[in-house]
Amino acid sequence: MGRYIIRRLLWVIVLLIVVSAVTFIIFYELPSANPAVLRAGRSPNPALIAAISKSLGLNRPIYVQYWLYMKNIILHFNFGYSYQFSQPVRTMIFQRLPATISLTVGAVVVWLLIGLPIGILSAIRSRSVLDRTAMGGALVAISAPSYWLALVSLYLFANDIGIIKIFDGAGTYTGLTANPARWFGSFILPWLVLAAAFAAFYSRLLRSNLIEVMSEDYIRTARAKGLSERRVILRHGVRAAITPIVTVLGLDIGALLGGAVLIETVFNIPGVGRLAYQGIENADLPVIQGTVLFGAFFIVIANLVVDVVYAFLDPRVRYS
Amino acid sequence: MSPLLEVSDLRVEFSTEDGIVHAVDGISYAAESGRTLCIVGESGSGKSVTSLTTLGLTRGRNTRVSGQIVFEGRDLLTLSNDEMRSIRGDDIAMIFQDPLSSLHPFYKVGTQLVEAIRTHQSVSKSAARGRSVELLTMVGIPDPQRRVDQFPHEFSGGMRQRVMIAMALANEPKLLIADEPTTALDVTVQAQILELLEELQDRLGTAIILITHDLGVVAEFADEIAVMYAGRIVERGTADQIFFSPQHPYTWGLLKSIPRLDTARDEELVPISGRPPSLIQRPSGCHFHPRCPYVREAHKRIDPPLAEVTGDAGHEAACLLPTELRSRIWKGLAGGETPAELRRLVVEDGQTVPVSGSPPLGPEGAS
Repeated sequence: MGRYIIRRLLWVIVLLIVVSAVTFIIFYELPSANPAVLRAGRSPNPALIAAISKSLGLNRPIYVQYWLYMKNIILHFNFGYSYQFSQPVRTMIFQRLPATISLTVGAVVVWLLIGLPIGILSAIRSRSVLDRTAMGGALVAISAPSYWLALVSLYLFANDIGIIKIFDGAGTYTGLTANPARWFGSFILPWLVLAAAFAAFYSRLLRSNLIEVMSEDYIRTARAKGLSERRVILRHGVRAAITPIVTVLGLDIGALLGGAVLIETVFNIPGVGRLAYQGIENADLPVIQGTVLFGAFFIVIANLVVDVVYAFLDPRVRYS
Repeated sequence: MSPLLEVSDLRVEFSTEDGIVHAVDGISYAAESGRTLCIVGESGSGKSVTSLTTLGLTRGRNTRVSGQIVFEGRDLLTLSNDEMRSIRGDDIAMIFQDPLSSLHPFYKVGTQLVEAIRTHQSVSKSAARGRSVELLTMVGIPDPQRRVDQFPHEFSGGMRQRVMIAMALANEPKLLIADEPTTALDVTVQAQILELLEELQDRLGTAIILITHDLGVVAEFADEIAVMYAGRIVERGTADQIFFSPQHPYTWGLLKSIPRLDTARDEELVPISGRPPSLIQRPSGCHFHPRCPYVREAHKRIDPPLAEVTGDAGHEAACLLPTELRSRIWKGLAGGETPAELRRLVVEDGQTVPVSGSPPLGPEGAS
């Protein structure tokens, strides 16, 4: 197991180097805007642009830029400075992580609390009215784009522009340590909106897994032992049906920690996702590069964690 | 003394999208303590449904059950789900065909045994664990102290079936239903498992119902044998009666389709032609007639009852051929003649009675 984890960690490093190189190449091959021009003001002259280019290091060949960038990360854990704000990217990302973590963790709790019970009930009452209603609703929730759902929820429920003014609207983010009650209030709508599609997806996944598991021979054995139906379903059925879902959950958490770009942007939450969005808007390469690397890092680490956890959940799985 | 389990006129029907499946169609049998009843038949003959119904595991919206299953004076079919659950795994236990898929892959063997014990006995976890080790020892698993903490996938097929048996015996059931317990195992292991069951039966006095499609398996083990076809019992008798003077063409087919050590080496095995009938649209008359080499026109209309064989007490068969003709056919089959050759006996015999408009039971009924 230890050797397996070390081998996987080496791959993580290789993968992150590849991801950063690809981001670099995309940025230069598909230029949305020249960062130097963007910073040169309303009526830039060529000399000013050249000077800015030089100060940002943009006049050097791309492989030199890449080399310097990687060297700074590896030697100093320095992700460069934002073109736009002249701040260290590392600091900017770390400042925004609490908001992204709050959004992710809260949404995970919400979607598990909603999705799992619905999935179990739908499976054991398969083809009932409850099942059909829940699965119909799930289909809608999966199909609805999250930014659309976010906007609709604001128009309906936000206490500034909403029809029914009950929840805090966009741009009300408050840190957890600053004011826990306001933190909670400001996240209610984002959590619900972000969780909607996930809850729907998880309930469908658990439902189909559980229906399959309940026809397994070992469920028949559990019944033949005289266990209560509740115990048969929860301890024998759900235990087996939920294992693959843990894998998906790990990957989803990893992806969301890299920033929920759409939700953070619509609700104006100062998280990593919105930072990435701003970076793209401003052709701010170090910010883009930094957020992409962070996102990639969370995803590959989540992958690794999931594989390790799986070995504990399913005793048949062993790594060597 | 009335038998431990007495099933009478049991019918189980499932309604499906394609129609009503008559899985079990009016069967009766009894199981007695310390004795073994074998139920033999092809897949789809209703043998597993019978046993699952005994345990109350076929209950559901789409199932209709009628008849009686009397166990120790109580009709199991009238019990509530909760009452049935307290009997399952306690007084009546069951082991299944595939021991790998029948054990939960995520729980240690010991955990699953402890669960079986503590469902029906109020004992501490450590006491139940001690009992689990005892059970594993009893079913002949070496090094049970270590094995109890292993997962099912760490056991071989035969060892897994031993675990299943240990689990079934955890609460010393009065009746053990074994549904094809050896089918998924190697031949050498099959014999070991059956020996184990026999030995445990001697020790505990358990009644055993052994369900199998393989007559070879039951030869040593059965006290009584019931042969099922299309949801019915078509022949029933002691092991000797079934093996030495079988009366039903289907039983002949089963016997002639398996190799035996005492048959000549060059004797060919004769498969039963055709396929088991659909239980939704069952054949008219005798359900076996489409596959029977000795069929007569009248058999397609008349449904034979299970009746005692003349001159052979306790031996019952559901066949329209006259008893005397049946003994001649079996003699021929036992002597190595093929069904096609023996069909001539049926034709010759038919010439002695008027075929059309003949009384239902032919010469037997006429005499």
